[in-house]
Amino acid sequence: MEAVITVVGQDKVGILAEVCAVCARANVNVEEVTQRILRDTFAMIMLVDLSRATSDFTAFAEALRQKGEALGVDIRCTRQETYDAMHRI
Amino acid sequence: MLNTNDILETIRMISDEHLDVRTVTMGISLLDCADADGKKACEKIYRKITERAKDLVRTADEISAAYGIPIVNKRISVTPVAMLLACAPDADPVWYAKTLDAAAKAVGVNFIGGYSALVHKGFSAGDERLIRSIPEALAATEFVCSSVNVGSTKSGINMDAVRLMGPVVREAAERTRDSMCAGAAKLVVFCNAPEDNPFMAGAFHGPGEPDCVIHVGVSGPGAVRAALAKLPKDASLDAVAELIKRTAFKITRMGQLIGRLASQKLGVPFGIVDLSLAPTPAPGDSVANILEEIGLESCGCCGTTAALAMLNDAVKKGGVMASNHVGGLSGAFIPVSEDDGMIRAVERGSLTIEKLEAMTAVCSVGIDMVVIPGDTDAAVISALIADEAAIGMVNSKTTAVRVIPAIGYKEGDVLDFGGLLGYAPILPVSAFSPSVFVARGGRIPAPIQALKN
Repeated sequence: MEAVITVVGQDKVGILAEVCAVCARANVNVEEVTQRILRDTFAMIMLVDLSRATSDFTAFAEALRQKGEALGVDIRCTRQETYDAMHRI
Repeated sequence: MLNTNDILETIRMISDEHLDVRTVTMGISLLDCADADGKKACEKIYRKITERAKDLVRTADEISAAYGIPIVNKRISVTPVAMLLACAPDADPVWYAKTLDAAAKAVGVNFIGGYSALVHKGFSAGDERLIRSIPEALAATEFVCSSVNVGSTKSGINMDAVRLMGPVVREAAERTRDSMCAGAAKLVVFCNAPEDNPFMAGAFHGPGEPDCVIHVGVSGPGAVRAALAKLPKDASLDAVAELIKRTAFKITRMGQLIGRLASQKLGVPFGIVDLSLAPTPAPGDSVANILEEIGLESCGCCGTTAALAMLNDAVKKGGVMASNHVGGLSGAFIPVSEDDGMIRAVERGSLTIEKLEAMTAVCSVGIDMVVIPGDTDAAVISALIADEAAIGMVNSKTTAVRVIPAIGYKEGDVLDFGGLLGYAPILPVSAFSPSVFVARGGRIPAPIQALKN
């Protein structure tokens, strides 16, 4: 199962490292990362593979959300099908 | 391959523009629960609903978490209860309402629709008893919603039913005067009622539906308005319509995804996506604001009907391509109390009940969530229902009336229903009497379907 992690907020040192650490702890493989800084807003998108994850999806998404709160950024983890449905015919 | 812009657009639509799935509604047939003994019928109803819908809320919440799309409401619609009453002449209809309420609470849904009767051509056994019991049933329950279909394009308008409904609406408000007359907010009077509508208060599970089915109602006025805000003010209406279509497509695809997943996980057939723009009282999540974004100073001014007609049509065109089964009400909703922009338009004096009536000729549903003066005569309410039904009948579309007589309140007061039902000031209605017309009863014959002018 593949999912998309989005991180949106104020740029600061260590965001990528912190999010990757959460993924590593859950044995979630990071397949692709893109990031942009638009003015001061940091936007990072990661494609991750959860097929060998050691925690279930809801717990993993919640761990990311809490990490986001601690970092002061908005972190969401969403299954990839959502974006395929909305943007591909 | 990730497309950053697409993903960020989706996140923005959900987090900033209130994009959500408004409702996942499970339709459940109660035809096999009919029993001459009303108490036994109620036991069967409770058992069937709690069995079929036991996983509905949990499943919808799981899908919402995994796919990142808020699902605001989980609801149930059932077979019109009047059909079950027909074979139980000694049963009290209110027992059935209380049973529906208890079942809704047991499975955790926030509304259950189907305390309904379909009387567009006349009353069968059970119909009149159910209609007369509506005020008591709505006052005695929390989550039950009621609807009555009084007309259709093929059968005309049952004016005996229309005459009955004016006093029923008034009494529903009277019996709940201590709670903002909210009983009337849970009662819809339809013409051409759809059998697969997932939206409340008018949802019921039509007799042509399967035993159990999942319908989805999408929303998204905020996302449409935000998309339009980025267009230059001199962009032509072709460009406006095209942008609405594209946005409606994306919104509906999301609804289709949720419906398919819910249907798979619950093992229940997928019914329809209702591709409606359903507003909420949250600022910006408003159909009125879309019309204003198109270029009107305030919703209700001249041009409103034309802009709304275009919006409604573009939403359908975009949505139809995004879903393999479209149904329900499908179009732009124009409830007053549930739409921040409509409320403001009423407060500014630009939106009147007469303009709302004109708007209902070109959009989804009708005079919806409108608070009218508490001293409005029952015959006036009946005549208002007749007017709306006539618009629906002649235009082969669904129309409805959901008005709340503000009994015990005075001009200038505001009724606040809380939550999604919102709040609204009292809107004046013509007090000239239509009582002789209403008292005639009988049926308005079905309109001719050719020689259209």
